Amino acid sequence: MDRSVLTIEGLVAGYGGGDVLRGVSLEVAQGGITCVVGPNGAGKSTLMAAISGLLRPRLGSMVLDGENLVGRSPRQILRLGVVQVPQNHSLFRDMTVRENIELGGYILSDRALVTRRAAAVFDVFPQIAGWAGQKAGSLSGGQQRLVEFARALMLEPRLLLLDEPSMGLAPKIGRTVFDAVRQMNAAGTTILLVEQNARAGLRLSSHGVVMESGRVRLSGTGREVLENPEIGALYLGGALEESKDSQG
Amino acid sequence: MSVLLRTDGVHKAYGGVRALDDCTVEIGEGEVAGLIGPNGSGKTTLFNVITGYAKADAGEVYLGGRRITNIAPDKVFALGIGRTFQLTRIFASLTVMENMLVASSRHRHRRASARKRAMEQLEFVGIAGHHAAPAGTLSYGQRKLLELAYVLVAEPEIVLLDEPAGGVNLTLVNHIAGRIRDLNAAGVTFLIVEHNMEFVMGLCDQVTVLDSGTVVAAGPPGIVRTDRRVLDAYLGEDLDAEDLEAAEEALEPRAGEDA
Repeated sequence: MDRSVLTIEGLVAGYGGGDVLRGVSLEVAQGGITCVVGPNGAGKSTLMAAISGLLRPRLGSMVLDGENLVGRSPRQILRLGVVQVPQNHSLFRDMTVRENIELGGYILSDRALVTRRAAAVFDVFPQIAGWAGQKAGSLSGGQQRLVEFARALMLEPRLLLLDEPSMGLAPKIGRTVFDAVRQMNAAGTTILLVEQNARAGLRLSSHGVVMESGRVRLSGTGREVLENPEIGALYLGGALEESKDSQG
Repeated sequence: MSVLLRTDGVHKAYGGVRALDDCTVEIGEGEVAGLIGPNGSGKTTLFNVITGYAKADAGEVYLGGRRITNIAPDKVFALGIGRTFQLTRIFASLTVMENMLVASSRHRHRRASARKRAMEQLEFVGIAGHHAAPAGTLSYGQRKLLELAYVLVAEPEIVLLDEPAGGVNLTLVNHIAGRIRDLNAAGVTFLIVEHNMEFVMGLCDQVTVLDSGTVVAAGPPGIVRTDRRVLDAYLGEDLDAEDLEAAEEALEPRAGEDA
């Protein structure tokens, strides 16, 4: 088994009076892509919020390379190397692509380091270099997503959290986003990916997790989870059977 | 069973995005019908088109035999289509009873009888004890019940519910399901958008499934649930052969890496 960069055990978290996560345990393997899928309301985004410190868990532990994340602020968790790309577009539209990317290094005090990191980021995403001087607001949705990825890489994250990066994009553009996820992983970034397109997400991931009603219901390699027939029942609320008797 | 509500080839685009694409849905009189589909499949847009909150670019909406395409929301409400919203729309600083009276003021009831009827509706949904409280103090689930009571004032033929069980605790979910069954037994037709599959599959006679603004399946829950196209809609499109090759390659252990 690969070494885990993040180990979550018995995580309980929610909003107001209710628990959204009801005892989630999972591991994120170093160097891999771990994909979390599941129907609406399963708790995927809540899990992301808990890991990045935006939501304080009620119970459970989250350990990143030996450091407990529970109780730490989002800023402290960022400094430990956990960087999240949020679901909604988050670039400064009136700033250039380069300025946006360099902003990803705002907690770095060394200006020369920011420049070096930006150069490294453009190496991972050579396609972005051509847009560096453009206003971020002039880019397409898919292009903006890539720039958001690039900005996140400025901190050389130990763990990169991607929350539904293909959301709202046409399928073809979604492909380029998935390609970009692979590019980042090939460059050595460990990724925890929440994805609405379960099949594509699991297909490109080394590990897969299916959540439902705040719990982990299936896990394994991406392929094992993808090929597990129970996944349909978890989405549609019943056993998946052949529908040959129901034709006509 | 006669068709009560029908959309016929409805198209609706926002900018370049086709939210509804030749969308034809039929709801039989007396049914509890479910409308499901993945995020962004067009469910709320269809509700908006039916209830006049969005204009169809093409296609028609019929209630009974009557064409109601693109008429104003208040007229749709007066014709007998009630509707609740995903995020409830109530007057938070008015009391629960005042919210009810606002609804009935649109419906020609005399004031004394309006209050009596409003109280009956609040009793029916189970929040009569809160009638004097500001609506803003209700829990999320109670607000959903207030919205349902509010809609019932107009004595609708059909009620469209947008995520009635979303974010509501299990006890209240069961309570809401019970009220829907009671109303249905009294002749009210329902069309329900809901992500909670147990709720939909347990409650609905018929389920229509949308994907990318188009109906991909319709029928009883047991049949819809096992339909391959429905599963495809929920799990998404797999990567193609070229993508697969790249994915396999990317998942190979990298040379020279320390494990």
